[in-house]
Amino acid sequence: MNGIDILARLTERFGTAMLASHAEQGDHTALVERAALPEVLRFCRDDAALGFDMLMDLTAVDYLTYPGREDAPRFEIVYHLYSVPHNHRVRIKAGVEEDDLVVPTAVPLWPIADWFEREVWDMFGLRFAGHRDLRRLLLYEQFEGHPLRKDYPVSKRQPLIGPRN
Amino acid sequence: MTPTPDTASATPPAAASRRTQEFFLGEGVPESGTENLVVNLGPSHPAMHGIVRIVTELDGEQVVKTDVEIGYLHRAFEKECEVGPYNAAMPYTDRLNYVSPLINNFGFCSAVEKLLGIQVTERCDYIRVILSEISRISDHLTCVGASAMELGAFTVFLYMIKAREYLWEVIEAVTGARLTISHGRVGGLKADLPPDFEAGVRRAFAETRTVLAESHKLLTTNRIFVDRMQGVGILSREDAIAYAVTGPLLRASGVPFDVRRATPYWVYDRLDFEIPVGESGDNYDRYLVRMAEMEQSMRIAEQALARLPGGPVNVDHEGRPFALPAEYVDRGKLGKTEGLLITDIRLSPNLAGQERRHHVKVNAPDKRTVLPPKETTYGSIEGLMNHFMLIMDGYGIRPPRGEVYFAVEGANGELGFYIVSDGTDRPYRVRCRPPCLPPMAALHRMLEGGMVADIVPTFGSVNMIGGELDR
Repeated sequence: MNGIDILARLTERFGTAMLASHAEQGDHTALVERAALPEVLRFCRDDAALGFDMLMDLTAVDYLTYPGREDAPRFEIVYHLYSVPHNHRVRIKAGVEEDDLVVPTAVPLWPIADWFEREVWDMFGLRFAGHRDLRRLLLYEQFEGHPLRKDYPVSKRQPLIGPRN
Repeated sequence: MTPTPDTASATPPAAASRRTQEFFLGEGVPESGTENLVVNLGPSHPAMHGIVRIVTELDGEQVVKTDVEIGYLHRAFEKECEVGPYNAAMPYTDRLNYVSPLINNFGFCSAVEKLLGIQVTERCDYIRVILSEISRISDHLTCVGASAMELGAFTVFLYMIKAREYLWEVIEAVTGARLTISHGRVGGLKADLPPDFEAGVRRAFAETRTVLAESHKLLTTNRIFVDRMQGVGILSREDAIAYAVTGPLLRASGVPFDVRRATPYWVYDRLDFEIPVGESGDNYDRYLVRMAEMEQSMRIAEQALARLPGGPVNVDHEGRPFALPAEYVDRGKLGKTEGLLITDIRLSPNLAGQERRHHVKVNAPDKRTVLPPKETTYGSIEGLMNHFMLIMDGYGIRPPRGEVYFAVEGANGELGFYIVSDGTDRPYRVRCRPPCLPPMAALHRMLEGGMVADIVPTFGSVNMIGGELDR
């Protein structure tokens, strides 16, 4: 299935929950409503024609200082899906407002989401509803703030912690 | 996996048949049963390549539960990339996978090129393929060699490091460095190949083939090696896909997924190679897959060498006298540019291949992204302006607004870069999809239920590279 058909199938199934889509540089992308995210992802995985059995990547982007996006949600969560049997890819995105930083978890669909979501929590401070063990992945628990946010200064120092005994 | 009842507490043993453990620790409280023991492996431990911590819960020799803790090598790669211009991220990509840095370099470059919508030259594509395959072999050699050493086969380790040395000599001749290479450039390469490149590659491949044959004899049917590897650390096909494991681990589980074949990039669709696939997904299959992949990588590189367009380079075909580089630059700075453009020069090794005739071969003809050859920079006002327009703060490579995901087949699996551009000369967001992270997330599936001694070979077969795992 080519990218256009994938987007068409998602639009046909979800209608207004599909907010936008594009195919810049050949990467087919669907922007969906955050509330519809669990259904969209489940449909992507379980639908026979789509068959996205691999969550290749999960990350987020902080659009705080992006020009022309002042009214849009501050964060975007980005899923890169790949289908082994069909050999096709799609990118699913959803906006996350700053005053409600909760995203439904994808762990029941793809277990790898466990670590990816921990990393997003670590770096962006987005919480995942339904994730059982949302610890920091790369940084240590005494770390203050979420470094990949645009308002986190790159030169900020963190308190040094000694060894735990 | 059910805990076996402790015989000591069930029936009091005679003093003569006491086990060593009971001699030292006493018999314990009767009827108390056993308790699982929590053992820390790492973070600073010779068997934990790089630094990673595995907290294991042991029932005797059996691993009941593991918790893998990563992040000890976190260097804020993604944040640092947002700070500088696009080409400034190149040294950071070296340090993602420090055994095969060229693949990371070229992966990042190609992602930015995709965002810009430019096409590099055909010769550049071929060179990228050759250098990536050499890097892949050196990565696999390190992984297999280190795994073998951890099982006591120290000879194999030495042989493989010897072969890697030959390959790195080739890489050193091309890039001027062994580890932190920074050879990629958006739109091309830092430099063209040196004159004796092909001979060097053939010599290195001959040595590598000898080493692989020797290692096959030493390992593949070796009783100790097979017993330790076969049926150990199994990752089922379903688990591998669910955990988004790619690369040799996924192929060892029986899924023939390879980015070079699934979504061909550069010139991989023109080259003939096979994808080795395992069956059971255990450590032994991973070893076999890696050994077979090295041979395939050499095949790819040899085909690419044979088809390398552009002919021999760096040949002083007319025997014209050329000015020394320093003298050339000094003259240019003083404004004495007369005749400079027609002078054939050979620059110092770190700028080799930046001459015009090499430049057009390996760099895209795009003035927005590729620095002009030094003759043009120092020899003409247009070249100087072009140079500064790429160097000045706020100028440089400015891709249009948008987002892009580009994946290459790294030595450990799919290495993807997701780049968001806001139209300025700095990337708005760079995300690296590390090939090591999914296998590490799935490591507990391979370890739990196994023996504590099998942690080391299983962990070795994952080939964790701290640089790309922790970024």
